Amino acid sequence: MKSFTYERVDTPAAATAAFARSKDARFIAGGTNLLDLMKLEIETPAHLIDVSRLALDKIEATTAGGLRIGAMVRNTDLASDERVRRDYGLLSRALVAGASGQLRNKATTAGNLLQRTRCPYFYDTNQPCNKRQPGSGCAAIGGFSRLHAVIGASEACIATHPSDMAVAMRALDATIETVDAAGKERTIAIADFYRAPGKTPHLETALAPGELVTAVTLPKPVGGTHVYHKVRDRASYAFALIAVGAIVQRDGSGRVALGGVGYKPWRVEAAEAELPRGAKAVTAKLLAGAKPSHENAYKLPLVERTLAGVLAQARG
Amino acid sequence: MQTPGDFDLSRRGVLAGGAASIAAVTIVPTEPAAARSKPAPAPPAAKVAFEVNGTRRELELDTRTSLLDALREHLHLTGTKKGCDHGQCGACTVIVDGRRINSCLSLAVMHDGDKITTIEGLGTPDKMHAMQTAFVEHDGYQCGYCTPGQICSAVAVLDEIKAGIPSHVTADLTAPPQVTALELRERMSGNICRCGAYSNIIDAISDVAGVKA
Repeated sequence: MKSFTYERVDTPAAATAAFARSKDARFIAGGTNLLDLMKLEIETPAHLIDVSRLALDKIEATTAGGLRIGAMVRNTDLASDERVRRDYGLLSRALVAGASGQLRNKATTAGNLLQRTRCPYFYDTNQPCNKRQPGSGCAAIGGFSRLHAVIGASEACIATHPSDMAVAMRALDATIETVDAAGKERTIAIADFYRAPGKTPHLETALAPGELVTAVTLPKPVGGTHVYHKVRDRASYAFALIAVGAIVQRDGSGRVALGGVGYKPWRVEAAEAELPRGAKAVTAKLLAGAKPSHENAYKLPLVERTLAGVLAQARG
Repeated sequence: MQTPGDFDLSRRGVLAGGAASIAAVTIVPTEPAAARSKPAPAPPAAKVAFEVNGTRRELELDTRTSLLDALREHLHLTGTKKGCDHGQCGACTVIVDGRRINSCLSLAVMHDGDKITTIEGLGTPDKMHAMQTAFVEHDGYQCGYCTPGQICSAVAVLDEIKAGIPSHVTADLTAPPQVTALELRERMSGNICRCGAYSNIIDAISDVAGVKA
């Protein structure tokens, strides 16, 4: 690990100010992903700004009838919150489908959204990777691509976003609140949060350097039956091959978001109109334009069949 | 203690000193070589104070030091084990402020003021924790390397179920989770045992929880 200086801050304003006056700084909260990457020298910050004790650890009701989740709320606490379990079951289910109990105790809401891909070529510093080292190439394309994206990828990168939580957040239409060094606050819809890889896969989100996520807000509950089905190589503690998150209403309408297929949680609202016609019709629209490799073509029928199972479960 | 970081720095210092010596000999033969070599700057350090197993400890550490390395290399509490050092195996599990975490994926300097419990703090050979006794009785290990992490994790798992924290296999999110073998297996999935003592580990935890595995 490269050496770095360290400071702890007490307020979001102090955090963004510290970032603005530092060179090569990174915010650190749970650290479960950043420290792992620092050990491998994939991340090499010169300065760490510890935001883990910011008073952003509350889950509060909003005037719109939703929930405002502080950026520092731990994954365990979010999954366990009584209101989340009752009204946003998909979120609770997605959270407990991810990582291990130890990691969920440290990982934060903002950190979960910002975690980086688990593409093995991103992790292997002997391999070219445009995300790790812009312009070096992509070893995953033409390599072992069983785990990689089938849709939305580019000629520079076929990595997937690994988060389960983000899939639920996408289905629930979450918005992300941020503040920058000038004190300017803004909200970003999760649909607009992740950047397509294009030619710049190292730029992953809509955040500007030093912009700090302060909260994630959920609109008022939409009801329905919530199901999160994650398919993985082992029964627990593994990243998704694919995941299907669905909210299904009694009249057959609903929402569907996928994990493990692209650089972001994948949702196509127009595909949801096909829900009354079943999983095959939904999947055809949801994954229209997919360009799988020989090794990950299995993900397309796997999505369709998993969705069929999810819909059957939701409709009882 | 000599960390890999120390080694890098001293090696760099030797190399820099060597280069300066050659330069001194060839260009300025009258000046002593040693006077021209500059020692490498010390890596950034920070002070931290936390409570480990009920005792207040104060340390000044290279900022890179993980909580795991602080416990093992600086406080010599070697019960906590380093397996993968990447949060994948759970051998380093300790309990911080009542919650189990991977101590390898946490910087020691971020734990100022925290209360840390390691396997040494759960029990002693004379007065073992109930979970330690159960692991012995049920043969919940073979080589024993993962065991301190398994036991810390297991103690925390029972507390998590008691606190109503759901898991991936909890059928009803709105009802309190139950202590079942299925729940224990899911909740212990962050602790890997290469000897494969899993079924006996579940027996040991079930015994402590007072349920049949």
